Amino acid sequence: MNFFAHVGRATLGLLREVGRLSVFTGDAVSSFVRPPIYWSLILKQIMRIGYFSLPVVGLTAFFTGAALALQIYMGTARFGAEQFVPTVVLIGILRELGPVIAGLMVAGRVAAAIAAELGTMRVTEQIDALTTLATRPIKYLVVPRLLAALISMPILVAIADAVGVFGGYIAATKSLGFTGSIYLSTTMQALTYQDVMSGLIKAVVFGFLIALMGTYNGFNSRGGAQGVGAATTNAVVSSSILILAANYILTYIFNFFNF
Amino acid sequence: MSSAASPAKIELRNVKKRFGPKVVLDGLNLTIPRGQSLVIIGGSGTGKSVTIKCVLGILKPDAGEIFVDGEEVTGLRGRARDTFLRKFGMLFQGAALFDSMTVWENVAFGLIQGRGVAKKQARDIAFETLAKVGLTADVGELYPSELSGGMQKRVGLARAIAADPEIIFFDEPTTGLDPIMSDVINDLIIATRAAGTTALSITHDLTSARKIADQIAMLYKGKIIWQGPTSEIDHSGNPYVDQFIHGRAVGPIKMEVKA
Repeated sequence: MNFFAHVGRATLGLLREVGRLSVFTGDAVSSFVRPPIYWSLILKQIMRIGYFSLPVVGLTAFFTGAALALQIYMGTARFGAEQFVPTVVLIGILRELGPVIAGLMVAGRVAAAIAAELGTMRVTEQIDALTTLATRPIKYLVVPRLLAALISMPILVAIADAVGVFGGYIAATKSLGFTGSIYLSTTMQALTYQDVMSGLIKAVVFGFLIALMGTYNGFNSRGGAQGVGAATTNAVVSSSILILAANYILTYIFNFFNF
Repeated sequence: MSSAASPAKIELRNVKKRFGPKVVLDGLNLTIPRGQSLVIIGGSGTGKSVTIKCVLGILKPDAGEIFVDGEEVTGLRGRARDTFLRKFGMLFQGAALFDSMTVWENVAFGLIQGRGVAKKQARDIAFETLAKVGLTADVGELYPSELSGGMQKRVGLARAIAADPEIIFFDEPTTGLDPIMSDVINDLIIATRAAGTTALSITHDLTSARKIADQIAMLYKGKIIWQGPTSEIDHSGNPYVDQFIHGRAVGPIKMEVKA
């Protein structure tokens, strides 16, 4: 087969995928507010997506904050600027590492779980069975997961922020010789509304991307165990890449508007 | 049913469906009379499942019309589609039970989610329906993974008939069951149809087809090549039907080894 056929096929495949994803997203988002709204399912998913992610998000945020404090100390000590450690740790965690670390951890945990669950339901015809029982699969399966992720992620990131800053505090006071009260008061003085909000806005976007990639890949999985495996991998890989790409774009936008 | 403008409950006219280059349905015409049981026979991969999925709107045909109760249904959306789907019940090949729910919750699902029946009442109906398919009340509290294949099929049947649908689809109801359990399922299918429901089954089990069908239609290469009363299947005069019902490797039907 010649070169142009390959390029053409790849392009068409990409466009088809983008189109399918757009239709899926449109379907899901337009079903957000239309009744019936399955409150109990949303709560159940908040438990699974949010609550059960707390340990892993908390632990990763703690160690990231602690390592960040050590690194920044190394960097700033060269210029005798060690006093900026609390401030830089704070901004780094709130604006960048809190949302990204939480996003990637939740992507690994939740996007995979959603894709595997919905993928298995697809290949065992449970999703078709929903239709024959006069229940819309998008409303029943996709919307609760999307809403739960949108609600859970900002809360998880807020907790990751607090734990991350605490990790920095522990590292600074235990290994770097900072005085606890001075570290804390510097942190409190540096704290701004914009730093917190920009991280939480990122969290909402990441939550949406995670649940969307999980449900989309699960919904479109094909052909048995192997297909479900592929869907799970795709969900984690695509949501991780999208999180990092969206993170750059959002950071750029916040910088542009001086937010 | 007095509003019988036409005696046909379901009518497919010139329905076409293809997946990429593979033509699955190639101008399929089929009429299912009200209150009758029609069985579609045909080899694996001839489009039997696709036919059912087109009627339910799970797949959208590329061309052609589908009428249910005289109403064209391929373009139905939203509420109209919800109402339309309440006419149906379906038994899936692999039962397609929701593995996250107990047996009785599976059976009650269509009543609670699809039709807004109160939970307590739906539970009572679920246990009554389980009794109809010969399952005791203690089975109702188990999870589908704890049941044998034959029992799962019975639960699937109970779920399909729990809401007293006007039309029931049976997708390979006896595939994978031992001959005795197959006959039990056949008897249950006959019993569930006593109320005058219309049934469409797909199978390649001829013993089952002869037992549950009023009419048999044979699907080959995306078209119905023969349709007639069950009693005439043995003298159809159609070489394709003869080859299929006698299970001969040699004849006009060539097995396509490559899909």
